[in-house]
Amino acid sequence: MNVILIFSVLVLIAIALWQITKIFELSQEKKVNTQVATDKDNDWNGKLMFAFLIFIYALTLYSFWAYGDVLLPEAASEHGGDYDQLMWISFALIFFVQTVTQALLYYFSYKYRGEKGKKALFYADNDKLEMLWTIIPVITLAGLILYGLYTWTDIMTVEENDEALVVELYAQQFNWKARYAGEDGVLGDANVRFLQDFDGKNLVGIDATDPNGFDDVVVQELHLPVGREVIFKMRSQDVLHSAFMPHFRAQMNCVPGMITEFAYTPKTTTEAMRQNPEMVAKVKKINKIRVEKSKDLVASGDTALDPYEFDYLLLCNKVCGASHYNMQMKIIVESQKEYNQWMEQQQTFAEFIQ
Amino acid sequence: MSTAAQVHEQDHEHHHKETFVTKYIFSQDHKMISKQYLITGLFMGIIGIAMSLLFRLQLAWPEQPFGIFEVLLGKWAPDGVMDPNVYLALVTIHGTIMVFFVLTAGLSGTFSNLLIPLQIGARDMASGLLNMISFWLFFLSSVIMIFSLFVEAGPAAAGWTVYPPLSALPQAQPGSGTGMTLWLVSMAIFVASSLLGSLNYIVTVINLRTKGMSMTRLPLTIWAFFVTAIIGVVSFPVLLSAALLLIMDRSFGTSFFLSDIFIQGEVLHYQGGSPVLYEHLFWFLGHPEVYIVLLPALGITSEIIATNARKPIFGYRAMVASILAIAFLSTIVWGHHMFISGMNPFLGSVFTFTTLLIAIPSAVKAFNYITTLWKGNLQLNPAMLFSIGLVSTFITGGLTGIILGDSTLDINVHDTYFVVAHFHLVMGISALYGLFAGVYHWFPKMFGRMMNKNLGYFHFWVTAVCAYGVFFPMHFIGMAGLPRRYYTNTAFPYFDDLADINVLITVFALVAGAAQLVFLYNFISSMFYGKEAEQNPWKSNTLEWTAPVEHMHGNWPGEIPHVYRWAYDYSKPGADDDFIPQHIPLKQGEEELQH
Repeated sequence: MNVILIFSVLVLIAIALWQITKIFELSQEKKVNTQVATDKDNDWNGKLMFAFLIFIYALTLYSFWAYGDVLLPEAASEHGGDYDQLMWISFALIFFVQTVTQALLYYFSYKYRGEKGKKALFYADNDKLEMLWTIIPVITLAGLILYGLYTWTDIMTVEENDEALVVELYAQQFNWKARYAGEDGVLGDANVRFLQDFDGKNLVGIDATDPNGFDDVVVQELHLPVGREVIFKMRSQDVLHSAFMPHFRAQMNCVPGMITEFAYTPKTTTEAMRQNPEMVAKVKKINKIRVEKSKDLVASGDTALDPYEFDYLLLCNKVCGASHYNMQMKIIVESQKEYNQWMEQQQTFAEFIQ
Repeated sequence: MSTAAQVHEQDHEHHHKETFVTKYIFSQDHKMISKQYLITGLFMGIIGIAMSLLFRLQLAWPEQPFGIFEVLLGKWAPDGVMDPNVYLALVTIHGTIMVFFVLTAGLSGTFSNLLIPLQIGARDMASGLLNMISFWLFFLSSVIMIFSLFVEAGPAAAGWTVYPPLSALPQAQPGSGTGMTLWLVSMAIFVASSLLGSLNYIVTVINLRTKGMSMTRLPLTIWAFFVTAIIGVVSFPVLLSAALLLIMDRSFGTSFFLSDIFIQGEVLHYQGGSPVLYEHLFWFLGHPEVYIVLLPALGITSEIIATNARKPIFGYRAMVASILAIAFLSTIVWGHHMFISGMNPFLGSVFTFTTLLIAIPSAVKAFNYITTLWKGNLQLNPAMLFSIGLVSTFITGGLTGIILGDSTLDINVHDTYFVVAHFHLVMGISALYGLFAGVYHWFPKMFGRMMNKNLGYFHFWVTAVCAYGVFFPMHFIGMAGLPRRYYTNTAFPYFDDLADINVLITVFALVAGAAQLVFLYNFISSMFYGKEAEQNPWKSNTLEWTAPVEHMHGNWPGEIPHVYRWAYDYSKPGADDDFIPQHIPLKQGEEELQH
């Protein structure tokens, strides 16, 4: 029924368009009508060009005003500050270029809209001018490249050290697990071939011949002590996944058959982030939306949505199948003391397979 | 050409009694093949755009029932609610169709075929037969791609990049069964078609230019098509090899891309391969592909902007140099799609360096377009509006490339909606504008009739507003941290505040979709009922407008015009008209501009 309706509306629109164009043509019968732009066309389209420039600026300003609060809050990792700084410098630059070039483009389109009898300027070349706008991007980009590479090397250089906490992130369709190295500080060897050992209790495929593996701890919720470097070792058992932790400005793919790495130092605890005024406002807004949605849900006989409380997230960011959109793990950043307390309650691999 | 040869050639035309089949179906005439490409491309475009509207509905109103889903998706939308697998299939096929079938074959295939012989002054392509085979292979691959939509478990759904292991293992998702096999077969045939086409373009441009048409007098369209064909020949075979290796892994048990996999309770035998290798092979085509899509659009725009500004294109030599620079750089930047793939971070810094370099020739092009408009006498025909629109979206989309091309910044925006917004503006919308501009401008050449300008204006303004309305706010969703290819973001209360933006985007997308119907209506009705075209409606300098309106085999009756000047003598001081076509000899004492 729907389709017939839509289809008939489309047909009607087509007929209406045909009639409008026909009327338009008939009303202009006496004039030359070759479908080439006339002075009148140039005039109104030129003015619209200028209006469009205003539209782009207005859209930009509106977006920042209306959507500025959906952006990620201040980074919660130590390198995240450098990341954010580079991001804002790049943004400032591209906004400047965008504002100027779009203005020139649309202003010229408006200013020089055609008129019969006017003649364009024959201006084919200007080596100096072209050199100028080759050199300026070269210098600007050289600066950005150097700055970017410096930050990149800084972030991506992972050095093994005794201080750092080593955590394995283990991806599978469609959930995450994390493995801590235990008392010995060494992750036991692992491979997907061992997943079926111990009646399927070997959740991440720890190699039972490696003594380092038995004190490993496998969990479904990631706890990190604040202020201590964490070296993540990523694995996947089936397809590509990507461990994306947007609040920490951290991401790395998980590739079956290899171990990938990423390291960062969390600097803001979950509790502190919840107190962040930006976050308080965001959570308030989200809860308002959820209350509104719940009203509709309750009216149609469903259960209401739970109120939302902020937690750091680990998301999957490489398409991995049907439930890709719901492959997530909670991350909790806490004091070393709280972390230790939590860790004590977890079972080691040896205990778990008992 | 000697008179004897000329007479022979004229005789030649009369000898051929063309049947319906040789004229309209298995035609070897470049003008007919160009129309075939355009119409097939537009048909695929309708499907690709319609798919995007379907998944935009799902994104704005997640898991809500829609009658249209029930009708179009059938069992894949039980009670009208879209299934997550279907969502992934739709984004996959939308991407594949738009990138390859519409913006590669539909754009480059149409205009390279139409314009190369006509603008360089050749009777046809170097090989009409290969040209015909190229089109029919493209047609075959389109048919297979469409056919794959109807297989039992659904079409390919691993994203248009079809990364293994997801695409290699039928256990991983339903779309990786027969649907994926058909996708790979279709793409393999597509690559063959593209290679035949590209080789033909290259050979034609090198060998068949008319007398006087030196490389430095070529219109920028031809430069763009020529260089695009070269990039295609260099990079498409690599996609073919990736597809073949993937077929081997899928069907013959090899382990090129697979290793250590446990899925559905079973350890698979694959050992020693790496998905990262596939990513390298894919993006070795995938990135140049962006320029295969974009350069023809930029070429078309250069021509249309100069013609309608009634001014020479500013900095012809710089424009050619930047096309060449972009082409060269495009083949050494593929790794910027893989900064966080697990490859060595040092490679990341190399690719950041090469990637950001591309901004330089791109900036030169943008500034040259703007300077061409300066002090012009702009004839704001629909084609001109789309060309100006292209420059605008090319700048907006290109600038965010500076963020994505920087390996550091890529860490947190990689694969988010920020990327989606970026590439849709810089290559999707820009190239689509190039396609529209080309159609409006060369419609009289293709069909001998004019398109209705008022519908064209309506089409442009609605599309232009909606394109920014869709993709500008989308950057914010990405900056909020939302990954792309999520069926819905309701699984994360953290993203609940993005719902409004998603609704706004979808509304703009639906209006934009409706505006394309106006274009289709204009296209089809003008084909039959449009005003009859004059020979040179836009007062353009290039050779195609010296050929008669009525198409003929061999393009020109009698001798092919000779060329005496470059293509951009618009508003030249001392001339009576504001244009001097390329076949007009220099006046006594007139200097050819040293460009």
